[in-house]
Amino acid sequence: MSPPDAIVTENLTRRFDSFVAVDHISFNVPRGTIFGFLGPNGSGKTTTIRMLLGLLTPSEGRAAILGYDCVREADRIRQRAGYVSQRFSLYDELTVAENLTFYGHTYGVIGRRLAERKRFILEMAGLKGRENELTRNLSGGWKQRLALGVAILHEPEILFLDEPTAGVDPVSRRQFWELLYAQAAGGTTIFVTTHYMDEAEQCQALAFIHRGKIVAAGSPAEIKAQQMRGQVLEIECRPTALALPVLKRLGLFEEVALYGARIHAVAPNVAETIPAIRAALTAAGIAVGEMTPIPPSLEDVFISRIR
Amino acid sequence: MDETPAIEALELTRRFGRITAVDRLNLTIARGEIFGLIGPDGAGKTTAIRLLAAVMPATAGRARVLGFDTGRQAERIRRAIGYMPQRFSLYGDLTVAENLHFFADLYGVRGPTRRRRIEELLAFARLEEFTGRRAAALSGGMQKKLALAGALIHNPQVIFLDEPTTGVDPISRREFWDILSNLHVQGVTIFVSTPYMDEAERCGRVGLMYEGRIAHCDTPDGLRRLVPGELLAIWTPQVMRARPIVAAQPDVLEVQVYGDLLHVFVKDAAAAAPLLAQALAGAGVPVVEIRRAQPRVEEAFISLIAGRGRKTE
Repeated sequence: MSPPDAIVTENLTRRFDSFVAVDHISFNVPRGTIFGFLGPNGSGKTTTIRMLLGLLTPSEGRAAILGYDCVREADRIRQRAGYVSQRFSLYDELTVAENLTFYGHTYGVIGRRLAERKRFILEMAGLKGRENELTRNLSGGWKQRLALGVAILHEPEILFLDEPTAGVDPVSRRQFWELLYAQAAGGTTIFVTTHYMDEAEQCQALAFIHRGKIVAAGSPAEIKAQQMRGQVLEIECRPTALALPVLKRLGLFEEVALYGARIHAVAPNVAETIPAIRAALTAAGIAVGEMTPIPPSLEDVFISRIR
Repeated sequence: MDETPAIEALELTRRFGRITAVDRLNLTIARGEIFGLIGPDGAGKTTAIRLLAAVMPATAGRARVLGFDTGRQAERIRRAIGYMPQRFSLYGDLTVAENLHFFADLYGVRGPTRRRRIEELLAFARLEEFTGRRAAALSGGMQKKLALAGALIHNPQVIFLDEPTTGVDPISRREFWDILSNLHVQGVTIFVSTPYMDEAERCGRVGLMYEGRIAHCDTPDGLRRLVPGELLAIWTPQVMRARPIVAAQPDVLEVQVYGDLLHVFVKDAAAAAPLLAQALAGAGVPVVEIRRAQPRVEEAFISLIAGRGRKTE
């Protein structure tokens, strides 16, 4: 029999008095998957995570991580989980090697195993030769990779990360995600919470939570291909400052938004609006170029699902 | 319309001790543009904005905003522009309305003009229902909108916004850009910094900032053309299996993973697509779709930095 999914939630619900913070959410995360859990502040994201980590008892429904019940077997989960917080919990005044040793000891990783893990992590994070540098002197990208290293010292089967690469330069971000993909390929399940679309795009599966409910779920490509309400039309026109109010006044679109030298308009069967758009813009003396239906961005889909 | 550029910088430089935060910045921004200054944390974006908004003196070089010199005519610039700093610029204990009255006092907006302007801004920032709420009790997204409204109290022709969408959720971010688009419709020049590469698409022109310099400045389309080769997106449920197979094909320049997509840079997309499909099918890797895709600004940024052979740390 194959092992249970890394995360299973069934109708997971949490009420605070009459307020339903998390409302019957159900999702599964297979092992070795990078799963993105997205939602605005106050959407129920943090409440869900607190239930998954056994810090908060569900009002209804259940959750299990690695086959262990999140209420009754929280201790077993904690031994098998790693956590990278947004503000990396590293000791700035310790060297790279000292941070690893310190965290190794707190996780009960000692002796030869610790030496092996340290070697592996320094190699993985590109920190070889920097063992004796003070953590405070590391650049953002390195610090971030060290924080990841610390979180995987005890070889957790599941790793939780909170907005891991917000504000990091694209090259360091790419390197960091390469490390996450390698971890996932080795069987570690990775649960990323974020509200940044850049990070969401990197996940293999996503669930978007809004007002306590999951409003879209699937892989990024699936979500874009199947879950958008309406279609996006990209309109080339000049000047955009004049075109924007004209298009809004047409009243045909759920959304009209400026994207640089182009305008995106969202409507069901959006191609049918093309003649009306051309007529209205031309009448207003606006130069119209190409109009092309384009695939939505992840953000487009989420906005459409909650509108 | 006045032909003087909204913003001009010539070799504008700011050093802090031995660190050069902004290194010989050269820029010309026309009136009515939406200009995005995009780069990671620590690239020098905040310092660049402070120099241009005339709230911090330059070490070398010079800049003009609406024709006024940022060094000698800082006062005049400050009255003509709006500046929304990254950090909270509001009084948490004051209500939404009180904060706007406070900004009106600062900028000498009085009488009937003041009442009308505050009403306009409350509607514009979609804060009418919250006038009596203390600023500290607003959500992050609403605080940003209030800070923007405050910066617009005196009808500035140019507005500088320092990372207005950092830490803001996707819904508020979308709304914030919608509000900026309305400012664009009114002809206001917008200079906005952001660490999010995807926001480049919202701007007419973008400066990619890295290690104190603008590495490149162009339209989003122009930036995309910096990426060598053409891009194919391969949608497969088995990205990690597909990746080495794709990477081993001739004429593949680079392969990147994006969730369940492989981004494959090739010399000639039309020629490469059937070959890649065949290679994957031969290895038993299921493929949902292979299609041409537009490179992202993030990818342009990476080729720029990598192309210059600079250290990434």
